[in-house]
Amino acid sequence: MAAPDMTALPGILESRPPEPNELLPLLTLIQGRWRCLPEEALKAVSKRLAIPLARVYAVASFYKALSFAPKGERLVQVCCGTACHLKGSQAVVGALEKSLGVKLGGTRGDGKVTLEPVNCVGACALAPVVMLDGAVRGKVTGAAAAGLAV
Amino acid sequence: MRLKSIEELRALRRELAESPAPERRLWVCGGPGCLASGALEVFRAVEAACLAEGMADGVRFRADLSGCLGLCERGPLVEVEPEGWLYGGVKPEDAPELVRETLSGGRFLDRLAADPECREKDSIPFYLPQRRHVMARFGRTRPESLTDYLAAGGYGALELALSELGPEEAFRRVELSGLRGRGGGGFPAGRKWRALKEAAGRPRYLIANGDEGDPGAFMNRALMEGDPLSVIEGMTVGAYALGAEEGFVYVRHEYPLSVERLSSCVRAAEETGLLGDDILGRGFGFRLRIVEGGGAFVCGESTALTASIEGREGQPRVKYVRTTEAGLWEKPTLLQNVESWANVPMIVRNGPDWFRETGTGDNPGTKVFSLVGKVRRTGLVELPLGSSVGSLVNGAGGGVPKGRRFKAVQSGGPSGGCLPESALDLPLDFDALAGAGAMMGSGGLIVMDDLSCLVDTARYFTAFLSGESCGKCAPCREGLPVILEVLTDMTEGRARVGDTDFLEHQARMLAATALCGLGKSAANPVLSTLRHFRREYLEHEAGFCRAGRCRGMYLPEVDPGACRSCGMCQKACPADAIEGVRREPRRVAAGKCITCGACLAACSFEAVKAHRRPEGGPDARTA
Repeated sequence: MAAPDMTALPGILESRPPEPNELLPLLTLIQGRWRCLPEEALKAVSKRLAIPLARVYAVASFYKALSFAPKGERLVQVCCGTACHLKGSQAVVGALEKSLGVKLGGTRGDGKVTLEPVNCVGACALAPVVMLDGAVRGKVTGAAAAGLAV
Repeated sequence: MRLKSIEELRALRRELAESPAPERRLWVCGGPGCLASGALEVFRAVEAACLAEGMADGVRFRADLSGCLGLCERGPLVEVEPEGWLYGGVKPEDAPELVRETLSGGRFLDRLAADPECREKDSIPFYLPQRRHVMARFGRTRPESLTDYLAAGGYGALELALSELGPEEAFRRVELSGLRGRGGGGFPAGRKWRALKEAAGRPRYLIANGDEGDPGAFMNRALMEGDPLSVIEGMTVGAYALGAEEGFVYVRHEYPLSVERLSSCVRAAEETGLLGDDILGRGFGFRLRIVEGGGAFVCGESTALTASIEGREGQPRVKYVRTTEAGLWEKPTLLQNVESWANVPMIVRNGPDWFRETGTGDNPGTKVFSLVGKVRRTGLVELPLGSSVGSLVNGAGGGVPKGRRFKAVQSGGPSGGCLPESALDLPLDFDALAGAGAMMGSGGLIVMDDLSCLVDTARYFTAFLSGESCGKCAPCREGLPVILEVLTDMTEGRARVGDTDFLEHQARMLAATALCGLGKSAANPVLSTLRHFRREYLEHEAGFCRAGRCRGMYLPEVDPGACRSCGMCQKACPADAIEGVRREPRRVAAGKCITCGACLAACSFEAVKAHRRPEGGPDARTA
């Protein structure tokens, strides 16, 4: 894969004050921009906030919202919260794995789409729920999920 | 415009009160549930229809997005003011008629009624038992509008505290109110407040916990998105009463809209002189920051949350020293759930006696519950504490859907517990639920019917908690996977005799030795289901799942006496395993059945039931 274009990095770094508690907000911004945490960016964050690279990695690997491997261009999240579990989210997962051609928790080979579980998006009354690039869809049946092609 | 004194605030309030109100308004629900069922598209269509009818100026008639109206099941909802009518299941194509007939014409559209029996929201059974205090402004104000908040009496508590009460009396009101923490344990807020007040060291910090990690709960999200200013005002009043300089609202990563709305309200409050330096010209300053989490359940635990704000991994520490003495950056810190903070303005403005009029002696006030699962009306319900579990499940919720039976209600999130039918008479308060082996938690209630398997439920929660274990202490990191393995074996037909006792032993050990509160309570899913549903565990040991949930561990049979020959089970069966034509009762062909459970769920007459397999143990093909 080609090296990512990092020209936006200085702007992102300077958008937050250089304080240690800005680590998570910065990593979240970087994840949002590159859909992963490029090594170059982690080193730059370590330097900017004056904290050891090991600590940057500790935080980067702790939080589920952050990832080292790039996520797909489109993000499909299946809610696997309690209400969705009770109302059949497993069937939705099965249908999505088939229609999208990727296993839960993975990114398709062409890098176009990531399918991942999410613990709860707070739309439980509409269970089962799927999020497509952040937009919530409620009462998703197996058939509706099967028709979702990305 | 920046308000420089209390007089200027009062003048603005008078001006707002005198400005003409629209003759009629439509409130399109912008709560989490309705947004998921397409409320934004409905709102855009309504706006377009207003434009087409020449009513875009919003003077006589207007339409706005509101906070959560509650009855998510029937969403997208639209409330009509002043009539109080409630529409449900509204689609974008309904907008032109809605605007022409109802908004300008004042006529009720029967076909859009949220409830077939009644027009007015307040007379719908879902709303009858409710007392809306925390949610009072939902459907009355635009969530992000500071002027709406002020016009609805918002910032009345800060005004009163700054002008008349002083910090001591504001503090005293909260202490005497008997408010208990709305986030989980129900710890008396007054004790925390006093501890912070008496703590040595500066600065002092306030934190609102909006890391609503419990799956199945969304009241905090609805609050942060429906009335964010009530949380902000509560913290500002708290800062004044306790002499705190800075505050943080920690919001779950999965709630980007909450972050957006809270941030825009913080900016509006700063620009108006209600937050920041020299608030209302009284020399009192309070800065508030919105912090977004990183997607970790454990960060709802207070010490993990402070670690996360400091920019570290969200791992809890042992609480030898309370957060109120040494919390954020080792400074005195008061952490409360966002709903607790939203109660503060009401208490300070109306006094502790007013607050205690609702609820019970040890559990005053109201609590917002999210009611989900196998219940007819799902949504957000605010009840006085001490109301019965039954009034929530069967009253507001309307009971389990037709053709199913109530089995259990799960409260308190993954670390809460499952309660049986006898619990319907229990009062919803912190102590009664804890006494029955569950907990209030943040107020998520999940109803389960006879198709829900309690062993599978315990497995589900244990899998969740095992995946979310931060890994710091061994009992939680190593103990949960052991419990999970046994539970998985049980639900997949590989149980051994004695597994139930082994699980109980492991769970008790975990509860006794884990480091943080979340680890200790991670045993609750197993312990509470064992306490009330032990029989199901023993049946699983013998290879039988009575709920018909665990594959290969039952055989569906049709009761010919109860079967109405409707054929729904046959339609639902993906394996062609149901036989019978026309008026005949249906039969299950055991050899073809893949035990997917579709027929059990499809029957509305309780005619298809899960039976023990004739050979005794689980299906050899699946086990």
